[in-house]
Amino acid sequence: MTMRIFVSRDAGAVAVGADEVALVLGLAAAKRGAEIEIIRTGSRGLYWLEPMVEVATPHGRIAFGPVTEFNANSVLDAMISGGPHPLRLGVADEIPWLKRQTRLTFARCGVIDPRSLEDYRAHDGYKGLARALTLTSDAILADVTASGLRGRGGAGFPTGIKWKTVAQTGADRKYIVCNADEGDSGTFADRMIMEGDPFVVIEGMTIAGIAVGAIKGYIYIRSEYPHAVEAMNAAISAAKRAGYLGASVGGSSHSFDLEVRVGAGAYVCGEETSLLESLEGRRGIVRAKPPLPAHKGLFGKPTVINNVLSFAAIPFILAGGAKAYADFGMGRSRGTMPIQLAGNVRYGGLFEVAFGITLGELVDDIGGGTFSGRPVRAVQVGGPLGAYFPRELFDTPFDYEAFAARDGLIGHGGIVVFDDSVDMSRQARFAMEFCAIESCGKCTPCRIGSTRGVETIDKIRAGERVPENIAVIEDLCNTMKFGSLCALGGFTPYPVMSALKHFREDFGAAPPRLQAAE
Amino acid sequence: MTAFSEPWNAARGAEIIAEHTHLEGATLVILHALQEAFGYVPEPAIPMVASALNLSRAEVHGVFTFYHDFRHEPAGRHVLKLCRAEACQAAGGDALAARAEAKLGISLGNTTADDRVTLEPIYCLGLCATAPSAMLDGRVVGRLNEARIDALVAEAQR
Repeated sequence: MTMRIFVSRDAGAVAVGADEVALVLGLAAAKRGAEIEIIRTGSRGLYWLEPMVEVATPHGRIAFGPVTEFNANSVLDAMISGGPHPLRLGVADEIPWLKRQTRLTFARCGVIDPRSLEDYRAHDGYKGLARALTLTSDAILADVTASGLRGRGGAGFPTGIKWKTVAQTGADRKYIVCNADEGDSGTFADRMIMEGDPFVVIEGMTIAGIAVGAIKGYIYIRSEYPHAVEAMNAAISAAKRAGYLGASVGGSSHSFDLEVRVGAGAYVCGEETSLLESLEGRRGIVRAKPPLPAHKGLFGKPTVINNVLSFAAIPFILAGGAKAYADFGMGRSRGTMPIQLAGNVRYGGLFEVAFGITLGELVDDIGGGTFSGRPVRAVQVGGPLGAYFPRELFDTPFDYEAFAARDGLIGHGGIVVFDDSVDMSRQARFAMEFCAIESCGKCTPCRIGSTRGVETIDKIRAGERVPENIAVIEDLCNTMKFGSLCALGGFTPYPVMSALKHFREDFGAAPPRLQAAE
Repeated sequence: MTAFSEPWNAARGAEIIAEHTHLEGATLVILHALQEAFGYVPEPAIPMVASALNLSRAEVHGVFTFYHDFRHEPAGRHVLKLCRAEACQAAGGDALAARAEAKLGISLGNTTADDRVTLEPIYCLGLCATAPSAMLDGRVVGRLNEARIDALVAEAQR
């Protein structure tokens, strides 16, 4: 009987040798005369175990990892004999790190072949669309609203309200836009789902189109993600061939088409209005709001613009899961959040879990502390615009409001771990520098403030009039926070001020009161 | 990857532009296509794009210069991009970037004198759980350490 072996094709796995492992497995099997089929899946998200290889057995899929091209031969032997192997991890679904998760959005990621529409359908794919096609627009919107889903890009705006706003406009043309410009360092959930389960994004966008009456959608993917671009394009072609996209979606009277557009290396294009400008073929300059994209979005038409993970959550919700989804979470943060553990972390990867888990559990318990083995000093949550949290704040629950209450944000759910070798004034400087490089230039606080910020932090780091310059930074951050047009300038103060507040000792050696005595 | 680029040719440029003019908001798509063919966006192509899309030359120039990806001149034969964002910084990326700079004798954002290697910073490849990471001519590499970065640099120099 043909042995079915699963090897990830996720860029994160490929980056650590998954292609070579697949090649060696194929050669080794041929040499042994063993009949095998290698299925390239997405990643399960247990990146410290990548390349992770699984084999189908009557007891479930048995995982091995991290496999290298040098030990792939012996792994294949263990797969054939069913015998022990030092890299044998047991049944994949039973690996505690995976078992502790609540995988709603990422249920299929790492399990199915992302190139196979049949595989997607065999794992509950397109059930959400099937049900949506039996509902009225109002009923779909009611489901999305009832699920409590909030925009997973970072802003956390209720998705149901956004869709309803677009549905209620009487425009001749509307658009669905998927923001796949996942530029935040420490985040990779969008990339993973696009590479590992692209049809779920397509299905979510199709449902959005039907709900609001749009017939055209765009997926704007950053150019740094070539694997995701390829995966989405392949999936769109497959969905078109099968009639899930096109003039008659799933045999219904609804028409919906999708197109991938590739960004060009501008971080600010992750901001929704800048992204729309870029899609229209212009410089990615932020627009002033109002008007909201829901009223005047792409090409001036009402537009639903959501993050990849928001769309990817929709099929589960529409397949009858609105209440089940809303039952997870805490406070006003309902459902699950795909959290990404990254940086100097022992067990890095994707951990989808209901809101409410504490930062400490995520970093120490699930992440296992640092990869370097040194103590955790700081974690940055929510990308380059997110705050740095010290250990004293590790009791913060993962929840939009709880993080906001502590001058932070959960953003797109990325957590970057730093050990005690980090210099926090340097990280604060980087935040300002990054803002200066990526600023679109439209508003002054962001354009000029970031450059002055770099200069001022340099002075502090050089020990020049430290208390006065810290006062300048505080004032500058205040101006940027309240005076910037979008989150780039507006949120850069989060990493800067949090570094200053929680790690004051890294900003000039002399305590302020001694300076005042001169 | 630029090793396979065609030399600039106005007729070929016009052909590439014409393939995409029917798209909504085609400017970025066309600039990407031109760069893919020629390895950079040649200056003479800018007025051609403008005229094809009924835009001013300044508008197209503005788009071209806004985005980090678009090149004004050909890159070296190999392009090595090192991720310089926070997750890679936390995993020791700063020291590895300095090492690559020293090995190549150039700073980030430059090309070696023999035109073999262009070394560039990139802000996040989304390989943050296998950091530090890099991309050599479109191939991604993670879990970089000194040995692996040395091997990458050596490969790029070949």
